[in-house]
Formats: sequence, structure tokens, C-alpha cells
Amino acid sequence: MNIDLKYMCLAVFIMALVTYIPRAVPIVFFKKEIKSRFIKSFLYYVPYAVLASLTFPAIFTTGGNLYAAIAGTAVALILAYFEKSLVVVAVFSVAAVFVTNLFL
Amino acid sequence: MYRFGKKEELIDGIKKGIPIGVGYLAVSFTFGIWATEGGIPLWMAVLISFSNLTSAGQFAGVGLIMQTASLFEIGLSVFVINIRYSLMSLSLTQKLEKNVKTSQKYIFGFGITDEVFAIAAVRERPITAYYMYGLMSTPIIGWTLGTFLGGLVGNVLPPRLSDAMGIALYAMFIAIIVPPAKKNRAVLFTIIIAVIVSCILKYVPVFSFITDGFSMIIATFIGAGIMAYLAPVAETEGKEETS
Repeated sequence: MNIDLKYMCLAVFIMALVTYIPRAVPIVFFKKEIKSRFIKSFLYYVPYAVLASLTFPAIFTTGGNLYAAIAGTAVALILAYFEKSLVVVAVFSVAAVFVTNLFL
Repeated sequence: MYRFGKKEELIDGIKKGIPIGVGYLAVSFTFGIWATEGGIPLWMAVLISFSNLTSAGQFAGVGLIMQTASLFEIGLSVFVINIRYSLMSLSLTQKLEKNVKTSQKYIFGFGITDEVFAIAAVRERPITAYYMYGLMSTPIIGWTLGTFLGGLVGNVLPPRLSDAMGIALYAMFIAIIVPPAKKNRAVLFTIIIAVIVSCILKYVPVFSFITDGFSMIIATFIGAGIMAYLAPVAETEGKEETS
């Protein structure tokens, strides 16, 4: 397959731009300290809500099949509950998916 | 109030970024394989990863390039997927140390990925420039290098292993949110509400027109909004009221 190079360069430039703008504009231009207790609280909870909604239900579509994904999720939840490090949680979760897939 | 030196901040950032970088290596490896197999030159795939530093937007954009979609369509789709970052970026403004310069913030803008944001946002101390540089560095290297290796060596991993690796970043997200949820019930409820909303938007057919990026924004607004109303955090520096 041959894709025109100029087209591709332009497309990639646009992609980079529309990725950079939403990331940079708020942090560069918003300088006030938010005083509202509600908004402060809202922003405090944002990271947890963001990560939770990014993870679920998307995590169940990883790993090739649902049972493997459930096994990996369960392992991740248990190890995270015992406050294991990010790498440990990730490695054992991957291992759980891999092993489950061997038996399916 | 004790202060931390640039070096300590940089090292702390790098340490926190390493797991993200490793996770990215795995995901971008897949991207490298997929992009080069779809007709994107290796150097271009690497450039895409380095300049975009995102997963969903980049996969969507490159998918459209492969179909030679219009530039407008590409720009709009990628932008819509990436709008969520503005919420994260806004959230970080409240955690920055006072003397972070504007020029440094332009650089931060480059590195605010879901995972980098998550780590930075739950940091207890204010975010300094060097901490942020450290935090961004390994993910950037991991994402770019992984793309290069994937495109270079192609499908060498057994499919079972690359399938399994797809869960790595999500497992990390779980590792980030579960410990604070144990200690703070309001955080736990935020997570539960967000998950429920996110699942409803995904599986109830009426909502199938909502893209994943928007679904995340809606779930976040509802989850964080309800809990901000029910359990506002204490006035002292964003610290939660621990029960």
C-alpha cells in the first residue's frame, strides 16, 4: 500500500496539533487558584473518576477473550488492594491473562 | 515547609514514570507493528508516536490515514478523542508549584497523557517543573522506542503474549486507584459511580453514538460531580476529609 507522503506528513502534523492543544491550553493559560470548594473537590475526585472510566469496561475487551480479561482484572484488583507496586500489578495481571488463555 | 532540590524532584519524577514507560513500551510495540503493516513508513510511525504521545487518538488518526480520509476528518476525530485531556490539564493547574514558569508549562502540555496525569494528580506535594520533566521522560522514551522496535521487528511475539500485554496499562490504572479508595470512602464511591456510568454508556444501545472519549468525560463529570457535592474536601490544600 502506498500512501502519499505529503498527505501523511500533513495529517500527522494536524494530529499532533489537536493532541497538543487540549493538553497545553488549560495548563498554560489558566492561572487562577480555584476558590470554590465545590470545584476544588470536583478536581480532587477527577483523576479517580478518569482512571476508573478509562479502565472499565475497556479492560474486559483486552486479553483476547472475556474470561482471560476477568482473570487479569481480578488479579490486578487483589494485588492493588494489597498495595503492590504498579509494575508488580501489571506483570501479574498480564501473567494471569496469559495463563488463562493457555487453558482455554 | 521544606523544599526539595531540582535533582531530587527529577529523580522522584523519573522513578514514578518508569512503570508507565514500561507499559507504554508494550502498547506502542503493537502500534509499531500495526502502523508499518498498514503502509506507514517506520520513521513516520516513530515520528507519530513521538509527536502525538497518545494511544486512542493516534490509533484512530493512523487508521484514518490508512483509508486516506480527509485531513478535516482526521483532525476532528483526533481532537474529539483528545478533549478529555483538557480536563486533566485544568486539574493539574491547581497542583502546580507557584514558581513554575509559563515556558515550562508549554513543555508540560506535551506530556499530559492519561497515565502521567494520574500519577501527577495524586501526588501529595505540589508539582514542580523538574518532577514533571522526570515523570514525562520515561513514558516519552518508552512510547517512541516501543513503536520503533515494533515496526522494526514486526510480529515476533507469540500472539498469546501480545494479547495478554494489552491489559498492562489498565492493570496499572487499577494499581493507582485502589489504594486511595481503601483509605477514602468518597474516592471509592467516585470510582464506583464512574464505572457504572461508563458501563451504561458503553452497553446501553441508546448511548452507542457516544465515543469513548466523551463517555469518559461524562462519567468523570457525574462521578466527581456527585462526590464533590456529597463529600467536599477539606479547605486545607485539597486534602480529603478522612473519616
